Amino acid sequence: MSIRFSILAAAVLAAAPGCKRRGGGEGGITIAGSTSVQPFAEQWAEAYHEKHGGAEINVQGGGSTAGVKATIDGAADIGSCSRELKPEEAAQVKATVVAVDGETMVVHPDNPVTDLTVDQVRGIYAGDIGNWKDVGGPDRKINVVTREVGSGARGAFEELAMGGKSIAASALVQNSQGAVRQMVSTDSSAIGYVSHGVVDKSVKPLELNGIEPTLETVKNGSYPLVRPFLFLTKGDPAGPAKEFIDWVLGPEGQAIAAKEGLFPPK
Amino acid sequence: MSLRLPDRVVERGLLMIAMSSVAILAIITYYIFSEGAPLIFDIGLGNFFSTDWRPTEGHYGITLMIVGSLVVTAGALIIGVPLGLACAIVLAEMAPPRARTVLKPVIEILAGIPSVVYGFMGIVVLLPWIRSHFGGTGASALAGAVILGIMVLPTIIGISIDALQAVPKSYRDGSLALGATQWQTIRRVVLPAARSGLVAAVILGMGRAVGETMAVIMVAGNSVQMPDSPLDSVRTLTANIAIEMGYAAGDHQRALFATGVVLFVIIMVLNGAANLARGRQRKRKAVAAAPTLTAADLATAREHARSGGPK
Repeated sequence: MSIRFSILAAAVLAAAPGCKRRGGGEGGITIAGSTSVQPFAEQWAEAYHEKHGGAEINVQGGGSTAGVKATIDGAADIGSCSRELKPEEAAQVKATVVAVDGETMVVHPDNPVTDLTVDQVRGIYAGDIGNWKDVGGPDRKINVVTREVGSGARGAFEELAMGGKSIAASALVQNSQGAVRQMVSTDSSAIGYVSHGVVDKSVKPLELNGIEPTLETVKNGSYPLVRPFLFLTKGDPAGPAKEFIDWVLGPEGQAIAAKEGLFPPK
Repeated sequence: MSLRLPDRVVERGLLMIAMSSVAILAIITYYIFSEGAPLIFDIGLGNFFSTDWRPTEGHYGITLMIVGSLVVTAGALIIGVPLGLACAIVLAEMAPPRARTVLKPVIEILAGIPSVVYGFMGIVVLLPWIRSHFGGTGASALAGAVILGIMVLPTIIGISIDALQAVPKSYRDGSLALGATQWQTIRRVVLPAARSGLVAAVILGMGRAVGETMAVIMVAGNSVQMPDSPLDSVRTLTANIAIEMGYAAGDHQRALFATGVVLFVIIMVLNGAANLARGRQRKRKAVAAAPTLTAADLATAREHARSGGPK
């Protein structure tokens, strides 16, 4: 986004009366970026605020790319990102892996299929496999649900599962984890991918290559769909941001992460 | 024209506030075009109007989104126009006043329901219904058209009622006096006289459908593909922007602004056409009403306004 737009945004913010200033003050921290990280960051922020009183932490979404940009511009004290950094991004920010997410294939609870191989998932998403009976299910068309181009979840999925093939154009596109889950939970022929932490009773998680995403399988790398959740800082973390990141990496932060279905950084 | 100072201050103040809304439009226009238009020329019209949308690989063809918007909007009009016009005719010409006082506010409430609620109802009720009756994923151009068809109703009904009520009473009286029935009067006299206003209503409804975002994202499936049937998922121009904005950077983001430019042009053309149509009806009405208001009347009215009303 251009400087002009930043100026416009700054003007709008400056004009909004009573708007809380970001950063500064009594050790306030702004976290912005990945919408995948956002719900977990909010949990961390709330718990951290309860423990440490004064530190007001403001969590915003915007997307992984926006998180990287906000970190570089200094618009956020901590940027969040739910995919591996591109080389040009990695050169400009310091990334700390705060948790690891196991992306999970989900289907409707009525679907008898319990296990797919990564090859089958690739076939389904590329459009080569179009019927559930080809992967051990009932004779029903497969309705493929994917995330939007550029999202961390899709980026990681393409990299880890698609092996250079592109996702079929006919796949339905939803722009949040919740929307994917909603779509899958109401359609008995649908398949989608969401964070392990987002899986609930409304959908059924599948094993991949016969492996469930668990602490062990994610840690030893046998579960195939694993992506990092990154906290980004401009340079090495310092001050309140460092304290917060250290706390997230510490036992309290990781306990919350584990409770929410995330896995600890390796 | 010697206004007292406080009056002048108030007048200037109001003028400035009024102008600020115009200024906002100017700023929006400027930013959309300055962000989006250069990309169209950088990548060339051939790329921009191709059917190849792979924004992370430098392909920014938005034709399929234009098709998506067209299909969904056309469907919405097929559903919304007959319903809306019928409703407007009943409310303006037939319904007893008491029914009107109930029905009109109810229809206005339709306009006040947030689009995300329409979308949610679409997901929970419409998509499963389409899935079980027609097959497919449910998330489709058809679903988008149905939801939008309902959402354009308040626009179409409201403006159509205005257009119908603007037809001078003398037209109806004349027709009825000649022995025509009420229905003949409506069909042969009132509707043709209100035609331009009704066209404006349809065009503005169309603008509403083209511009709607949230509800369409939730029910239309958003696949970038050429639809073969109404049951195929489509992505509209608005959905393209809203879905990918969060993660877009660089040229991808500029391409979304460029999508906005196309949308902006479409909406401007539609609004211009609607204003033209309405202006035509107003002119016709002015001609019909001309003998009752002369230049002298206007002058007297102006005099009264200046001196604080007739004594």
